[in-house]
Amino acid sequence: MPTAQNGTTENKVLPVIGRPIPRVDGPLKVSGTAAYTSDHNFPGMLYAVPVPSTIAKGTIATLDTSAAEKMPGVRAVFHRENIGRFFRVPPNADFSIVIDEHRPPLEDDIIRYYGQYVAVAIAESLEQAQAAADAVRVTYHEETPDVRTKLVAQDEPKVDSQRGDPVAAFNSAVVKIDQTYVTPAETHNPIELHATVAVWDGTAFTLYESTQAVKNQQLAMSAMLGVPPENVRVISRFLGSGFGGKLWPWTHCLLAAAASRNLNRPVKLVVSRKMMFQAVGHRPLTQQRVRLGATTNGELVSTQHDSLNHSSILDDYDEGCSEATPHLYQCPNLRATNGVVHLNVGTPTSMRGPGAVPGLFALESAMDELAVKLKIDPVELRLRNDTQIDESLNLPFTSRHLKECLTVGAEKFGWHQRTPAVGSMGKDGLILGWGMAAATWIANRLDCEATIDLKADGSVRVACGTQDIGTGTYTMLAQIVGEALGIDPDKIEVVLGDSALPTGPLSGGSMVTASLVPAVLEAAKNAIQKVQFAATTASPFSGQSTDNLVFSNGRIHRKDQAPANGVPYEQVLQTANINSVSGTGRSQGDFTDLLGLTKPKLSSHSFGAQFVEVTWQPEIARLRVSRVVTAIDAGRIINPRTGRNQIEGAVVMGVGMALFEHTIYDDQNRGAPINSNLADYVVSTNADAPEIDVIFLDYPDTHLNALGARGIGEIGLAGVAPAIASAVYHATGVRVRELPIRIEDLIA
Amino acid sequence: MHTFEFTRPSDLTSAATAAASANTAQQGAEIRFIAGGTTLIDLMKLNVEQPHTLIDLNRLPLGAVETLPDGGLKIGAMVRNSDLAHHSSVLNDYPVLSQALLSGASAQLRNKATTSGNLLQRTRCMYFRDTTMPCNKREPGSGCGAINGVNRMMAILGTSEHCIATNPSDMNVALTALEATIHIQNGQAVRSVPINEFYVLPGERPQRETVLEPGDLITHVTLPPPVAGNKSLYLKLRDRASYEFALASAAVIIKIENNRLSYARVALGGVGTKPWRSKEAEQVLAGATSSENTFRAAAEAALQGARAQSQNGFKIELAKRCLTHALKLATQTA
Repeated sequence: MPTAQNGTTENKVLPVIGRPIPRVDGPLKVSGTAAYTSDHNFPGMLYAVPVPSTIAKGTIATLDTSAAEKMPGVRAVFHRENIGRFFRVPPNADFSIVIDEHRPPLEDDIIRYYGQYVAVAIAESLEQAQAAADAVRVTYHEETPDVRTKLVAQDEPKVDSQRGDPVAAFNSAVVKIDQTYVTPAETHNPIELHATVAVWDGTAFTLYESTQAVKNQQLAMSAMLGVPPENVRVISRFLGSGFGGKLWPWTHCLLAAAASRNLNRPVKLVVSRKMMFQAVGHRPLTQQRVRLGATTNGELVSTQHDSLNHSSILDDYDEGCSEATPHLYQCPNLRATNGVVHLNVGTPTSMRGPGAVPGLFALESAMDELAVKLKIDPVELRLRNDTQIDESLNLPFTSRHLKECLTVGAEKFGWHQRTPAVGSMGKDGLILGWGMAAATWIANRLDCEATIDLKADGSVRVACGTQDIGTGTYTMLAQIVGEALGIDPDKIEVVLGDSALPTGPLSGGSMVTASLVPAVLEAAKNAIQKVQFAATTASPFSGQSTDNLVFSNGRIHRKDQAPANGVPYEQVLQTANINSVSGTGRSQGDFTDLLGLTKPKLSSHSFGAQFVEVTWQPEIARLRVSRVVTAIDAGRIINPRTGRNQIEGAVVMGVGMALFEHTIYDDQNRGAPINSNLADYVVSTNADAPEIDVIFLDYPDTHLNALGARGIGEIGLAGVAPAIASAVYHATGVRVRELPIRIEDLIA
Repeated sequence: MHTFEFTRPSDLTSAATAAASANTAQQGAEIRFIAGGTTLIDLMKLNVEQPHTLIDLNRLPLGAVETLPDGGLKIGAMVRNSDLAHHSSVLNDYPVLSQALLSGASAQLRNKATTSGNLLQRTRCMYFRDTTMPCNKREPGSGCGAINGVNRMMAILGTSEHCIATNPSDMNVALTALEATIHIQNGQAVRSVPINEFYVLPGERPQRETVLEPGDLITHVTLPPPVAGNKSLYLKLRDRASYEFALASAAVIIKIENNRLSYARVALGGVGTKPWRSKEAEQVLAGATSSENTFRAAAEAALQGARAQSQNGFKIELAKRCLTHALKLATQTA
């Protein structure tokens, strides 16, 4: 809770923070008036359709565009020789410009993954462009692609964390688990397809992008297009979700921008659902060996977590599966490594909870196996290994309540009624399986700048170059500003999603909320100060010292006055004949700690516990997730309604991760991601959503920011899949170590 | 851009005549009837079908469901799947058909999809629907991408070395168990084909899926009168809880007298290259005691000829469990 804005204000605490207000952009969305990227249309706009390669490895032998170019409405077919030059983003280690697929499109004639763009057709209508793209004739010198699913390390794996002597401790441990876990490639499938609408005015680009990071998109696109950043403006007002897949630019963005520049016309490019599986990232296949050594009491004495993930031929995408491993439990001896295996697949990228989510499937599955082996209750096993010290950094946690997540979640779930024997529980003729897992996710901040304008007409505008990716950032920001000013959130206009605004954080890593708080509070303080100065120039406060003036509940008043007897700030501005005052706030992030560029002073993480019930009907091999209790320790929750929505969505995604989602690269058919549609890439439907009970512990993490708020986009997915897998074991006796858990695994 | 002509004939005869000049009524037909469009439009967008003419059936008088003098049911070709599923005669006399319809697709698709369109629903084989992939059904002689490739969803009954694609329909499975008859008009001529003879196995010519010839227009489907005292049921098994094609499904119609099965009709879905009538299962059931052992024996018989591909061997056991359980549930229905 913010206390005084400065030494002279006594801000009345309104219950704005923690108020479950409906999302402020809801009416726009349900009425279809929220303009998503592909909803932008301009006079003279052309349509672009890329031509994807139909092999995963080889070189282009011939590329014949002659037929396509002659087709009706076609304005151009661009390829390597005529699109113009693209540049690479300069290498940087400080996260200043991020891109996962470093090679710009059409840079050479080498094909390294199925669906790599080899040309792009531009026409007056989408249908004409599609027909022209289909008419481009490409032949290849084809080679056998490597899209294997059994990974073998190609280089010496990188050590992510190490302490003690894990090998010796494992060798001498009384109880051991040594298993390998696999999570498949998963494709982000937001309903909104990736899209770019590029508008070139002869000097500068305005790019409407489906992006989770307008500022990074501006910098990366400027670097690759070879124009100064001030000549690129990126706009993303609404996003039909991204799940990490829209964090960084992909090759289609450049095709659209270049086409617009070359033809001097606005160009719209919407990636097809099939292309979503090819050239806009995915969560990579991971293969993780986990070795746990423990005492007979279940105390961990050795943890070894050795992971591999696939990447593309040119990029070193490191999933970082051991993200959670070094700090989740006490363990004196630990080693975590990761290796990257280059295959003929598109470049992977972050998917909700990168690293930790697949990593926790392995670690928490192994913990469940250890609990079974030791005949210790799985909740009890976690409690015995809880710690208040992050042993990987030898630092205390800012706010860790995993123990309470475990106990509160267990109680709400009714865990004490669990009987551990496989298949021993039932209800209504169904076998019940109960499983659980612990969860954790990073809690960090990025650099942030925000501006608040207080206007004489009584309106308030807060602006920040971050974006709302469907998670509730508009709403949450209105609440933070409302809290800081003592004004009702519905009076506050929130402006996001434009690189021309003050630099805000990318929407990834659950960092937006925590990053916004300090900058916005400072912006509010500075705006208030300007109102106070303005007040001293006119009646009734002329001649007063600003030290004697207080801003509360939207009013200026003397210290010895009740707020109600003060003057509304808009009246102060009107009297002083000032149209508007503006306050800017800036805050520095701590994400560099995570990148290893700076040394952390504290260890800040979110925690959670997932409790899952599955039903199993062996007579028809039907497995369903029926009930989930999720207890979340993610700081102060600004808005429990949008917050619960985030966690519930993550749980449903976790059901898909555990049981359905799996991108299949067909090694017999040119390495294509073959199930590249929503019928064959199975995601959870509403009917698969279990009954979900979300518990927020709501402990403020005030080391992170004054409100104690953390982001919650990812923690809800962490631990869901291993909890389901352990519930499946409890129901069926089958331990599935490779996701997704399929019917054939259970009736084999 | 691939353009096509869209025509809207005023009567059945001119509709059928308009399609008579096509070279084929099978894969790649240049003239296509369009009903709900839920399959055809998809395939046109994918370039799997590229007809030069579409003949719209939506304004023809084919939308009625009528009880026949013999007590059977006549279902117009253009009756929407959702209307059929909720029709009182279907709910009362042929619940297996209602259940099958409602287990398929989504509410939105069922509102659009029609009886004849569903009869002619094309396979969902990933290789069939992707023109960059080999597929003997789409492009005869190009090979089968699925046999050596990804075949978890593919058929285990009625396959050939050229094609292992399933018929994806749920409705067709119920109609097969109900021994429906398909009525066809060609010019002035009319004929009727029992559903079990309507579909042909892929064999060496997987591009041919039905007995339809150019100019053949399905006008309606008839069902025989319901067997008095029968119990019927459709059970569909799939990975997720809704909106997915079947891994295995079973339509069963049985009658039990004195604890013996005096009548049994069985069809399977999700496992066959066509809606799979199992006379083998029916023979086991006929006259046998109603028991789980009988049901399992019927299931064993139904799957006796099953042939697994590299990834779909589990479907044999799954289909057996599906049929066994469907029979068991049917005996328990009121």
